[in-house]
Amino acid sequence: MSKINFLKPDKENLNTLLYMGSFLFLISVVDVFLNSFFNLNLISFLPSSLSFMLPIILGFIGLYFIRIEHSGYKFLDKINKNINTNNFNAILSLLIIFIIIKATPAILSWFVVDASFAGDSKDVCSGTGACWTYIKVWFRRFMYGMYPNAEQWRINLSFVALALLGSVGYFATEKFKKYLTLYYVVIYPFIAFLFIFFFISGGPVFFDFSYGIIAAVISVIIGFFIPSRFKFYYFIFVPITLYIALKYFIFYEELIELGKLEGLNWVETGAWGGLSLTFIISFFCLIFCFPIGMAFALGRRSEFPLIRYISVGFIEFWRGVPLITVLFMSAVMFPMFLPADFFIDKLVRCIIAISLFEAAYVAEVIRGGLQALPRGQYEAAKSLGMGYWRMHIFVILPQALKLVIPGIANTFLALVKDTPLIFVVGLLEIVGMLNLAKTNPKWLGFAMEGYVFAAIIFWIICYAMSKYSYNLEQKYKTER
Amino acid sequence: MNLKLQKIIPQLITVLVVILVFGFFTYNAQINMENRGIDFGYGFLSQESSFDVQFSLIEYDGSHSYFRAYLVGLLNTILVSVIGIIFATILGVIVGVARLSPNYLINQFAAFYVEFFRNIPLLLQIFFWYFAALRALPLPQDAEAIFGVFFLTIKGLYVPAFIWQNFNIFFYSIIAAIISIVIIRFYAQKVQEIQGKQLPVFWISIGLIFTLPLLSFLIGGVDLSFEIPKLKQLATTSFIYEGGLSLPPELIALTLSLSLYTATFIAECVRAGIQGVGKGQKEAAASIGLNPNQVLKLVVMPQALRIIIPPTTNQYLNLTKNSSLAAAIAYPDLVLVFAGTALMQTGKAIEIVSITMLTYLSLSISISILMNWYNKKIAIKEK
Repeated sequence: MSKINFLKPDKENLNTLLYMGSFLFLISVVDVFLNSFFNLNLISFLPSSLSFMLPIILGFIGLYFIRIEHSGYKFLDKINKNINTNNFNAILSLLIIFIIIKATPAILSWFVVDASFAGDSKDVCSGTGACWTYIKVWFRRFMYGMYPNAEQWRINLSFVALALLGSVGYFATEKFKKYLTLYYVVIYPFIAFLFIFFFISGGPVFFDFSYGIIAAVISVIIGFFIPSRFKFYYFIFVPITLYIALKYFIFYEELIELGKLEGLNWVETGAWGGLSLTFIISFFCLIFCFPIGMAFALGRRSEFPLIRYISVGFIEFWRGVPLITVLFMSAVMFPMFLPADFFIDKLVRCIIAISLFEAAYVAEVIRGGLQALPRGQYEAAKSLGMGYWRMHIFVILPQALKLVIPGIANTFLALVKDTPLIFVVGLLEIVGMLNLAKTNPKWLGFAMEGYVFAAIIFWIICYAMSKYSYNLEQKYKTER
Repeated sequence: MNLKLQKIIPQLITVLVVILVFGFFTYNAQINMENRGIDFGYGFLSQESSFDVQFSLIEYDGSHSYFRAYLVGLLNTILVSVIGIIFATILGVIVGVARLSPNYLINQFAAFYVEFFRNIPLLLQIFFWYFAALRALPLPQDAEAIFGVFFLTIKGLYVPAFIWQNFNIFFYSIIAAIISIVIIRFYAQKVQEIQGKQLPVFWISIGLIFTLPLLSFLIGGVDLSFEIPKLKQLATTSFIYEGGLSLPPELIALTLSLSLYTATFIAECVRAGIQGVGKGQKEAAASIGLNPNQVLKLVVMPQALRIIIPPTTNQYLNLTKNSSLAAAIAYPDLVLVFAGTALMQTGKAIEIVSITMLTYLSLSISISILMNWYNKKIAIKEK
């Protein structure tokens, strides 16, 4: 056995160094562990500054001793390679380990150990932990807003039905696969709209909106059969004409009657709220912003200069202003721009505003995809005799959209995260409901629990979405 | 002829539709305003505003004009954005580099940070900091001093104020230092081109930037003293700090959440940028005899920056626009002061909302023009 040089750990005294190093490292970890979990300070006899620093110093020396390359122990090599490459990394690793050990008991005690779950009044919450009773009592308000308790089955039923209908794509057989795009782009949104119109609202809420939706769906379905040369004129004129025709020739009262199902009460949009409103708004904005964005992306790359300028102006305008001012505009300025008898529900105004806003972002993302396609694709499609619309629908857009899946997913994520802003127009989704519940005199002082609860919900939704988009990206990745 | 017509007609029709829609809107707006007895005009900007703003960078009270109120809001917005951008950049770069660290614990920690803060709505984070976290701070009389001079209380952060004497001379000395550094760099480059010698520019610069201001203290008669905030009793239970600078809790909550949130996006940009530089580049640079510092400075960073800067600019723009969420916690920014209070008082919806939107539009357009210029400057010159 050769002389040990502690300043230069090497392989010759591997075992000695290893034992000493691990011992020192373990001591430091155990000290911090006891300190944070059991409030025991083993080294309290030392001066306070030293006893504070001691675990780091001991751990550092320990890690220094075991930093031996090619030791022959797989585990040791792995540790050295991953957390112990040099002095700086060793200190950082130690700090992170200590922070985790220090934070765990505090977090655990707040979330679980000292938290109160039982009961349904404030009195049970006297401990230092979280008061989950608060969430339990207010759960329905956080989920459904001011929607009457007795009617909440309507929201549940609609969401379950829509989730089932939405999963049709997974079960479709080969024979029906080619109709899936049509189903998801036109039919499914329409069904969703009908559910929300008849079921969740059950009354004259979405009037002008419903005319618009019906006009859009009818004109898109007919639009498939319009020859390519006239498509542009068709899409500029027919939806607006249809909308006006529907608005002035179908009678108001009849539609009110149509909107009312037997035995369902009308629930005003002002009473909607909570997480369900987040879902409704995200869903509609998602559906609307996509085609609008696509249209403006195509417009920005159009060969007609005037159309191009208009698209650029639209996109840059919406991208340049914050959403909150857009919502302000929809709340205070937009009604001034409409005829006096023309009433649009504030939820609908909100949906329109957010859709236009996000459409500009979607347009830029899609434009990126269009630009990334090689010219050859356009030329090949043209040389096959395809017109503008056929070329884009069958050749260009499928490839471009595939390329921009991550970008689009990011935009949709941003959309979901932006929904709390609707507090500007007085609609209260989950964050707004939290702020309302927080000011309730019976339940003062539980802001933290509410925000943590909402944060967890949003985190799960957004994280799931980003993981799903990653899967989609992998699924549609084609060799190029 | 036919082909020309085919090109003109769609454009004409689109323009016609756009004009019709706008005409419809303005026509309605006119009628609505006539009905409600509102007249259109920007004359109100010079009227007395008669409302107070609790935090402002320039002198302002109710006797000033609406335009002054607008400036107050704008400056507060810019203040939050600038502080937020600085902190977000620092944090974002650190986290972005940490995500590429070979240390497993560090990169997992960084990844956790990014995934955690990115997936929670910004508004929720602002509310969390303002209504939950900062409300847990001690009252002014119970606050403990940090380093003896900072006081973090429920009413905000109190920091010592600088009291300068002959500040101009100090300022000029810094400018002189910067100018001489530029000259020395230029000279050093020339020396290197002609003689192949490398001057220690970095050390000279550091020396200059410290010695010149120091000289101004010793010779120039510059003097700096601090005014440390002191606790003062207003009533039996009401205390306040006097002297020093006070940063309101709204500002702290806002900058904290904006920078924590935006830093996650900047971190991703930085990571993508550094990963985007090919391994071969580093190896090639090392093989021609550059040391690791030079590899980073001369080879990796210039290429990484080219990838990093455009998306990071976007994030800066987003931060500036997101600062408008200040209105939710009553930080007096442009949206709250102007589109909120001023709009309520005057009822001039169209004018005020349009001014607010135009302001944000010009802010973001000017930032993006600046960054486009920079981007063009560092872009690869393709032959």
